[in-house]
Amino acid sequence: MPHIDVPLKRGRFGETSRPDNWWIQPLVVFLGFSAFICYSTWAALQGNNYASGPLLSPFYSPLLYGPEPYAWFGGGPPSWFPSFLPFSSAFLILWIPGGFRFTCYYYRGAYYKAFWQDPPNCAVGEPRKKYWGERTFPLIIQNVHRYFMYLAVAFIFLLGHDAWEATKFENGRGVSVGTLVLTLNTVLLGCYTFGCHSFRHLVGGMKDILSASPVRKKAYDCVGCLNTRHMRFAWFSLFCVGFSDLYVRMCAMGIWTDYRIF
Amino acid sequence: MSEVTFQIWRGDRNQGAFQEYKAEVTEGMVVLDVVHKIQAEQANDMAVRWNCKAGKCGSCSAEINGMPKLMCMTRMNTLPVDKPIVIEPMKTFPLIRDLVTDVSWNFEVKKTIKKFKPRKADAPDGTWRVQQADVDRPQEFRKCIECFLCQDVCHVLRDHHMHSEFIGPRFLVYTAALEMNPLDTEDRLKDLKDQHGIGLCNITKCCTKVCPEHITITDNAIIPLKERVVDEFFDPLGGLFKMFR
Ligand code: SF4
Ligand code: SF4
Ligand code: FES
Ligand code: FES
Repeated sequence: MPHIDVPLKRGRFGETSRPDNWWIQPLVVFLGFSAFICYSTWAALQGNNYASGPLLSPFYSPLLYGPEPYAWFGGGPPSWFPSFLPFSSAFLILWIPGGFRFTCYYYRGAYYKAFWQDPPNCAVGEPRKKYWGERTFPLIIQNVHRYFMYLAVAFIFLLGHDAWEATKFENGRGVSVGTLVLTLNTVLLGCYTFGCHSFRHLVGGMKDILSASPVRKKAYDCVGCLNTRHMRFAWFSLFCVGFSDLYVRMCAMGIWTDYRIF
Repeated sequence: MSEVTFQIWRGDRNQGAFQEYKAEVTEGMVVLDVVHKIQAEQANDMAVRWNCKAGKCGSCSAEINGMPKLMCMTRMNTLPVDKPIVIEPMKTFPLIRDLVTDVSWNFEVKKTIKKFKPRKADAPDGTWRVQQADVDRPQEFRKCIECFLCQDVCHVLRDHHMHSEFIGPRFLVYTAALEMNPLDTEDRLKDLKDQHGIGLCNITKCCTKVCPEHITITDNAIIPLKERVVDEFFDPLGGLFKMFR
């Protein structure tokens, strides 16, 4: 590869001629992600108040071990779970959506900037001289993203099932505010997941000739449509999934009442 | 008409400093107009490169208030005039003089990318048939005017000076145009992973932000290429699946 013989000047950390408030955007991202990480970790550690009536919090779904009728395998914790650790069924599944978001192309770009200052913002000097990017360990691991995507797609169907279950009340089918919250959550998570770059690659991006298979072409176009809004859905769905847990939690604690619409 | 203050970088490879100029700005002016005015009236020896004044030749790239931009496409009424407007050369390439940089590294990089290798002709007269739907993707990348603003802003080159390990967003776009071309049969994935350093891009999208042709560099060129590299080198399950197909 050609190189440049003349030494170029290296900017200091934060050095820039930009007069605008370039630090606001990464700061907002930093605060937004931090708030979500803190809340979701706290909620996952609780191990209780994750279900109320027909509602099940998305942080605990699918509920592998827990009370009837939500749990798949009955009461927990399972025998193989180390007894010295506090048990929460959320631990068994949260690594999937967590890993999916952590390795998402949009989030990667955003947190490299906001948390790692790599770069702090466009055309702003960086704090470190060394740089490996995603070419070597550890960040080369980000390439597992598609495997998380396969699992995340399955989660959309499970959450869809939860939203359906949230219409089953003791005295028959109905819709409450909680049903709407869980439905909206599934829709937003679906828009986020089906707009994933790896999904886009899978449905058609890997092919150079799409016109030969019209169904594939249509699917590729639809995914592309969600993909251009991927950042927006990443934020909306992040907010909505946190709020869904909060809603169910508040109802389970008796602080909020799940208002039945019909 | 109003008087605006400009700080313009003057100097060569060895030394230089910002120099202050004041100029009258009238409606409809772009930054390049002002630079020409200053050159004509106050600084005859100021070096500035330009050609088309229409955002099509990619010659007038510079940094305006710290952001890589085409001087001929940056309208004065989009800039705050209460503070001096800073105009400086691109930082990622060696300076020749004043606002002019030596971008020849880019032309050398281009030579390292495997050329277009079309499949056998579709018709006896040696021509091919392609569907518009299949060329939509590479066509977006053909809009590139080689202004190298994306190269300038990319932190891998700008801050880490990894010019010998990373081809930069412009040439990832170029490679994507070839790789996604429905007629092309060449394989550039190993080069992308190894000497062209696609793994060095951390998808922070600054290149997309500055592209004057609004090419969605990161989402439409770089990430799809990264995915193709994953297919080839980092996806054991996918590889297995392909074997049994
Ligand atoms: S997205 Fe990649 S190529 Fe574009 S500026 Fe960022 S690191 Fe450079
Ligand atoms: S991709 Fe855009 S920014 Fe980069 S050289 Fe081409 S036109 Fe300029
Ligand atoms: S790229 Fe964001 S979820 Fe896959
Ligand atoms: S002078 Fe041609 S792009 Fe500006």
